[in-house]
Amino acid sequence: MAEFTLRVNGTNKTVDVSPDTPLLWVLRDSLQLTGTKFACGAGLCGACSVHMNGALTRSCITPVSEASGKEIVTIEGLGAGHLHPLQKAWIAEDVPQCGYCQSGQIMAAAALLAKTPHPTDDEITDFMSGNICRCGTYERIRRAVRRASAGGAK
Amino acid sequence: MSPASRRAFIRNSAAAGAGLVIGFHLPMSRAEAQSQALFSPNAYLRITPENRITIVVARSEMGQGVWTSLPMILAEELEVGLHQIAIEQAGASTLFGDQSTGGSDSVRSTWAPMRKAGAQAREMLISAAAEQWEVPTEDCKAENGLVVHSFTGRKATYGELAIAASKFAVPHDPPLKSGDYKLVGKSLPRLDTHSKVNGTAIYGIDFRVPGMKYAVLARCETIGGKVASFDGNATKQMPGVSYVGKISDSAVAVVADGTWNALKARRALKVTWDDSANKNLDSAAILASLRNADQSKAVKFYSKGNVANAAGKKMEAEYQLPFMAHAPMEPGNCTAHFRGTECEIWAPTQVPQDCRDTVAQLLGLKPEKVKVNITLLGGGFGRRLEHDYAVEAALVSKAINAPVKVTWTREDDMRCSTYRPVSLHKLSAVLGNDGWPVAFTHRLIGPSINGQKGSPPVNGVDSDFPDEAAFLYPVPNVSLESVTTETPVPLGWMRSVYALQFGFASESFLDELAADAGKDPLAYRLHLLSKNTEIKYFDTSWSTARLRNVLTLAAAKAGWNKPLPDGRYRGIACFGCFSTYAAEVVEISMENNDPRVHRVVSVVDCGTVVNPNILEQQIQSAVIYGLTNALRAQITIDKGRVVQGNFDDYQPIRMNEAPKIEAYFVPSTEPPTGIGEPPLPPLAPALCNAIYAATQKRIRALPILS
Repeated sequence: MAEFTLRVNGTNKTVDVSPDTPLLWVLRDSLQLTGTKFACGAGLCGACSVHMNGALTRSCITPVSEASGKEIVTIEGLGAGHLHPLQKAWIAEDVPQCGYCQSGQIMAAAALLAKTPHPTDDEITDFMSGNICRCGTYERIRRAVRRASAGGAK
Repeated sequence: MSPASRRAFIRNSAAAGAGLVIGFHLPMSRAEAQSQALFSPNAYLRITPENRITIVVARSEMGQGVWTSLPMILAEELEVGLHQIAIEQAGASTLFGDQSTGGSDSVRSTWAPMRKAGAQAREMLISAAAEQWEVPTEDCKAENGLVVHSFTGRKATYGELAIAASKFAVPHDPPLKSGDYKLVGKSLPRLDTHSKVNGTAIYGIDFRVPGMKYAVLARCETIGGKVASFDGNATKQMPGVSYVGKISDSAVAVVADGTWNALKARRALKVTWDDSANKNLDSAAILASLRNADQSKAVKFYSKGNVANAAGKKMEAEYQLPFMAHAPMEPGNCTAHFRGTECEIWAPTQVPQDCRDTVAQLLGLKPEKVKVNITLLGGGFGRRLEHDYAVEAALVSKAINAPVKVTWTREDDMRCSTYRPVSLHKLSAVLGNDGWPVAFTHRLIGPSINGQKGSPPVNGVDSDFPDEAAFLYPVPNVSLESVTTETPVPLGWMRSVYALQFGFASESFLDELAADAGKDPLAYRLHLLSKNTEIKYFDTSWSTARLRNVLTLAAAKAGWNKPLPDGRYRGIACFGCFSTYAAEVVEISMENNDPRVHRVVSVVDCGTVVNPNILEQQIQSAVIYGLTNALRAQITIDKGRVVQGNFDDYQPIRMNEAPKIEAYFVPSTEPPTGIGEPPLPPLAPALCNAIYAATQKRIRALPILS
């Protein structure tokens, strides 16, 4: 066990866990930020996606020791107290079904738009194919990303 | 409860404010509600004097939208808007009948009771207003959460009338709307969306109880294996571990202070398994057992005319489908708190009552001493029709005498699950002198899900067949048959269940008949369906006209009669299940001999559509789920174990393979029928029929990309 201090959604958090603990379980079990989801545990599906120093990161395969001292943003902090334009677009398109993968989908889309504010459809598809949705919400995810990249208009 | 404490209770209850508030809820009987001065004419509804209107949902929200569609049905008759209500998720109860969520049944089975529930309340509120105002009830109407006196415009909120309304008798047969709906049929946004985009939605895996421990279980990955012995010494020394112990014949639990410590400690556990029962089992042997099944044991579960007497050219083909895994995104989990004489469960479950009854039996408690709360489900697809998670959590909680959450990993879910059964299909048709079929035989050879769970087919009728195996072409002689085999592989109901198998085989075979006749696949089907007739299949009366309509609309929307660009091909298929008609046109190109699906047009007739927004979601979902099933979903067995473990070797469709999906429905005023599953069965045959159009090669075994 060891102490690690992370900056999560703008606040410093100190946890006492073993160094190999994936960031996912620190967020979920230690910090009770359960919007970030466990689904594959192997970096295959994207449900656990967060931003670490701005980079899209699979928290299920990122040990806390690597996240120490870094700026972590989760779905709970994405809009910094407000709804992020992507969250608004997700609501406007009524994207979620079961909703379990959607935190990860939105975090991925936010990483895409941060680098490429106006992605082409192919760019959206390429980037978002890292994430799996078993409910098959892909059509509406595409629409929502397009909507957000157009500034909220369709 | 004194008036003062009642007011405090109501104030506290209402403090959460307006909008969508999800409560865990043990529904009250009418007498209990009245003792708390709530207006509650039935278990689906409560109205407080402070005008808090709560609609209770007695099905599980697993993505299919019941937290929105079911309240809409009640609110329609109650004459309230969705912004005026709160909803509550009912836990396991005795007030709602069967609360299982499955069989595309949530809307179709609650349509009648929820309409009635809303109408009962509306009539009683109107009676209360009329009495207070000393006017005839006919001069009062309900609208927007108010009762209004038509002549004077006098108004009262439902809350103001609540106490008075509860004194009236509950009408047994309140008048219901026959159309002219204000909510039903409108494309309204879902009520759960907001919480699902900001991280606040609580799934089973997110649930927490103070003082809760975290458990993972070591289960034998060889099917049917048991714990012979285990050495937990190293595990007990691992950080945070508080318990290691055998909790059933086939599982050892590891309990720690967090999920990661439990997972790590499980790796250090040494279990010796008795895996002798099935260690030589493999997929080839299972398929051989189907091929070698005794055909004399075939039982007709549906018969029309006599196929044996039909004469003419005979066509035959054989199809097969593999085991498949549900693989919902949220892995198995459940939280339980055993408290000596009672137990509380928080489960993402499709079967709260099974959880309650099985846990009660195992713990030696009366069912009423087991409280089952339903969380959100991160996907169900039938996997959560099993209650294994709840049993495990209850047993671990009892063993450690503390609240505990059991979490499964993806590999646990892939390898220790229940699976869509493998199946083999022998189809044959006899063509009459004019070339059209006069006899059709479909024989399913495979293990029975219900049989394995203790309810074997009766006279060849698996209890799933009435909803899932109809043949809707009015061929004069039809025989639908099954040969039930045995397998030790655990079986479960997976989205559309046998309809996926029957639909794939029969609609592929129909295409073979059309090709043999040199006819267009759409024209061939429409010819077979050209006469308006009813096909009685068990309790459902199917209409050839309605099936023809979905086919015709799908073809029109897809531009079936217009030429395709070079390199594009299409296929069509239709199927009826769960009382709903569905047709699909799939458009593909071939890339390196593999199909690439560009566009799917899907049309359903599911009676009255409660919410077209959710209907579109369900169709999109079924198409993507069906595409995964068709292209790649395959569970294989080697040395008694499931080979696949995670999303690298069991690969769901991702966005780069997701086609453009166009969803349509045929408007109808019939009562609603199923929608979660019916758009799924036509997908695989329509896709394979498109591949035939492209390559002249017939795909007779799924998955396509094996």
